[in-house]
Order: sequence, then C-alpha cells, then structure tokens
Amino acid sequence: MAFKRSSPLPGFGLTFGYTVTYLALLVLIPMGALSLRVATHMTWAEFWKLATADIAVATYRLTFGASLAAALLNAVFGTLLAWVLARYEFTGRRVLDALVDFPFALPTAVAGLTLADLFSGNGWLGRFLMPLGIKVAYTWLGIVVALTFVGLPFVVRTLQPVLENLDRETEEAAATLGAGRLRTFFSVIVPTLTPALLTGFALSFARAIGEYGSVIFISSNKVFEGQITPLLIVHRLEEYDYTGAMALAVVMLVFSFTLLIGINALERWASRFQE
Amino acid sequence: MSSVARSRPAASAKSQRGAEESPLVKWTLITIALLFAGTFLVLPLANVFYQALSKGFGSYFRALVEPDTLASIRLTLLVAAISVPLNCFFGVVAAWAVAKFDFKGKALLLTLIDLPFSVSPVVAGLMFVVLFGLQGYLGEWLDAHDMKIIFNVPGIVLATLFITFPFVARELIPLMQAQGSDQEQAALTLGANGLQTFWYVTLPSVKWGLLYGVILCNARAMGEFGAVAVVSGRVSGLSETMPLRVEKLYNEYNAAAAFGVASLLALLALLTLGVKTWLEHRQSLEMERSQEVEEPSTVSHPL
Repeated sequence: MAFKRSSPLPGFGLTFGYTVTYLALLVLIPMGALSLRVATHMTWAEFWKLATADIAVATYRLTFGASLAAALLNAVFGTLLAWVLARYEFTGRRVLDALVDFPFALPTAVAGLTLADLFSGNGWLGRFLMPLGIKVAYTWLGIVVALTFVGLPFVVRTLQPVLENLDRETEEAAATLGAGRLRTFFSVIVPTLTPALLTGFALSFARAIGEYGSVIFISSNKVFEGQITPLLIVHRLEEYDYTGAMALAVVMLVFSFTLLIGINALERWASRFQE
Repeated sequence: MSSVARSRPAASAKSQRGAEESPLVKWTLITIALLFAGTFLVLPLANVFYQALSKGFGSYFRALVEPDTLASIRLTLLVAAISVPLNCFFGVVAAWAVAKFDFKGKALLLTLIDLPFSVSPVVAGLMFVVLFGLQGYLGEWLDAHDMKIIFNVPGIVLATLFITFPFVARELIPLMQAQGSDQEQAALTLGANGLQTFWYVTLPSVKWGLLYGVILCNARAMGEFGAVAVVSGRVSGLSETMPLRVEKLYNEYNAAAAFGVASLLALLALLTLGVKTWLEHRQSLEMERSQEVEEPSTVSHPL
C-alpha cells in the first residue's frame, strides 16, 4: 500500500504538510527539547536521585492519592449524574445538563479560589463542616474536592451517550424473565457500562494528576504535606534549579503518556464493546 | 471528548414496564444528583459573585478599573485574539487532512494531536522555558539579538497555543469523518475547485461544530493558569493575565478584588456554556430537519 490511498479530493499535500509542521513546531520540538536536555545534562544516576528524593516522593504520593480519590468520587457521582440525565425527565434537567460542563468552562484559578473560600472557616460550607471537626480547606480533603470538581465532566460525558444509546429491550427482557430492577442493573446494565466507566475514570484521573491552578488555592502547599508534584516543579524553577524541575517533569511526562496509551486502549475496547 | 450532537431528549415518553425504577428510587436519585450539583457546581459559582460584590458595587467597579487589572484584561484578550485564530486555522486544516484522506500513520497523528491534553500545564510551560529561557537552547541567541520570549508576551502566547492546540481539531475531525466526502466529490464533478468546495460545501456542514470548538478553545485560552504562570514572570501590568491577576490579588489579601477579576472569568464561563447549549440546540434541530427530508427517500428506495 502506498502512503496515501488515492482520492479525488484536492489539498492533501498542503493540509497534511501544514498539520505536521505546526504540530512539530508547537508540540514535538518543545517536548523533544525537554527530553534532550534531560538526556544530555544529567546521568541516569543523577536523574534517579532527583526523581526519587524524599520530597519528590512525598509529592507523588499526594498527587496520586488525591487524584485517585477524586477519580473514584467522580466515578460514583458522575455515573449517578449521567444516569439521571439520560433516563429521567424532570424540571431543571436541561440546566443540570448544561451545568455539568461548568468545570470545563471555568478557569481553574477561579475554581480553586471559590472552593477554598466556600470551605474556609467563614465560608458557606466551611462554617457547618468546621464545627463537626471536618477541615477541608488547606488539607488533603480540599485537594480532593478541587480535583473532583475539575474531573467531574469527564465521567458524565463519557457515560451519558452510552446510557442514552443503551438498548432498553435487554432490560425489559431481563424484567420479563423475572429479574428485579437491582438485579437487572448489576447483571445487564453495569457490564455494558464498564468500558465507558473505566475510560471516564481514567480521563478524570489523568486530568487530576496534571492539575495545578485549582489545587494551589485550596492546598496548604506545605512541603511534605500539601505540595503536589506540579507545585514542586514551580518551586524548583523559582529556585533556578532547572535540572531538578526537568527531572520531575520527565517523571510526570512518562506517567501521562502511560495513562494516555492506557486510555486509548480503553477507548478502543469501549467502542468495540458498543458494536 | 464531547460532541455537539449529544443532547437529545432523555428517556422516551412511553413507559417501559419492568425496565424502570420505582418512583421512590427515581426521585431519590434525582434528589442526590441535584444536591451534588448544587453543592459542587452552583454554590462555587454563586460564591464568586457574592464575594465579588461583598463590598458593594462601587468597590467592585473600582477594583476592576485599577490599572494593573485593566492591563491584565487587555493582555488576556490579546493572547486569546492571537492564539484562538491560529489554532482554529490549524484545526480546520488538520481536520481536512485527517478526515478526508486515508494515509499511513493516521492513528499516530491523531494521538499526537491529542498529546497536549495529557501534559500537565506546568510541564508544558517548562518545555518553553527549556527552549527559549536564558538557560535554554535558544536563550543566548535570543539574548544577543535582544529578544525576550520567556517572561514576556510571546512566551504566554506560545504556552497558550500549546494548551489549546487540540480543541478545534478534536471537534472537527469526528464530525467531518462522519460526513464522508460524497458531497465534496459531487461539487468537484460539477466543476468547483478545491477552495470553493471547502468554502461552500464542507464549511457550512460543520459550522456549528467549528463554532463549538472555537468557544471551548477561547474559554481555555483566557482561563489557562499553570502553563502561563511558568512562562510569564508575573510582572503586574506587563505579563500578568487575568487568572494570574486573581492569584496575585488573593496572595496580597485582597480577596474582594481577586473575586472581582474572578467574576469576569466566571461570566466568560457562563457565556461559554450558554453558547454551547444554544449550539447543541441548533445542531439537534438541523438533524431533525435533515431526517425529515431523508425519510421519504428511504421509503421510495427500500434497499
């Protein structure tokens, strides 16, 4: 097979060339520059030492732990929202449907600012939670809240179309055969949803790992306690420790790419599943 | 990620016996969903405006016309005015190449176009520092020629371009793939040239999707924080965008002013959601109409 299958439409060379050039200039060259810099400016041993320093490991633990918790919360509440939006008719459904995208549209700095304020001692939510001994703002819990906020649309928007296209006849058949609604849900609906749910979960997790803007407002940002990996990179840069910053960045890149490959595989599986 | 043609009426009106939950379960689920959305989506939004106006309208407007804040608004508009059209043009060109032709490595190209979505904004900013910063590959040369990219506006534009890179392409590619190229081939047969075909045949059929990609791209361009924070140097009045201004004011314990700037960004988010909902409505109307037109033909040609 030739590189390109012949087509009567014009403009392939021009548009393909432009696409690849623009992609290279804006994405591939900067990414390559970072990798090259790390490869040429430090030995493997130096890289390993920087990447596994105690302070770095503490940030990984916080970043991954909080992202995992947020992605799990989103899997639960995102499924609930998607279900309600896809299956029920009620006043305010359209508003709710539009609101789900709000975290996509709201700048993360604004999200962090307002969430930190809501959960602070004087905030609308904090004033009720604080007396109960639940501290959210400037704690681990606050980071989870911010990451849940930014990741919510991913789960809802992945599940919603699948739920809308679900064949109701299978459910009716299950009911006719005597299955209760709960049984039908777990043995008929959940298996069909699993690939999409996993994809949504992974997307929201991946988004949470890289998130910076919303977290720094609501976290204590203290070393070993409230410092996420992107924040440590920023601190390294502010100290003009470029090597330290780049080593951490490479760790994050490796992790994001692994997740990206995983998500692509999940999406392929999910689309096969749908057919 | 999300597509325009998503929203369609929920559950069909006729009741499916046995395949529906009891009203108690149904309304419990709806209540939980509304409570969750109320707490996590509506309260944060309402709080932005409440806090912004907590010291009255006069103080709100004074905070907004403060020179450094005005400069940040101008810079944010400038950055969006440069980066959105560039990425929009790229999105259209890439969609034409990917959706209308078959070539080797298409899956790889699609993955690469998506790449910026999965890179942490802070890491994205760092890449441009490595390339253009004083310690970076081109740093000395740029310095010798008295050009400054990092800690300056061009750096902010580059970081924003990177972050918003996939938005338009991501919306257009699936849309143009779904539409195939029969119409374009017909236009070419009738004697139209490539550009005419694109302008009069392809573009009108994807206009809502294109607009949708553009507003999402714009929202992200104006709201980007992490990548811009790394490359900007955050000099008030010079290299401070609106999200950076929010953080600066907040760190200066000027919460009301921080919320004031934040309220403008929240309005932008609301506007984005409004336009998006309207576009989805338009799209579903057009789809219904096209289905109505197609129906008789499927009856007369039962294949």
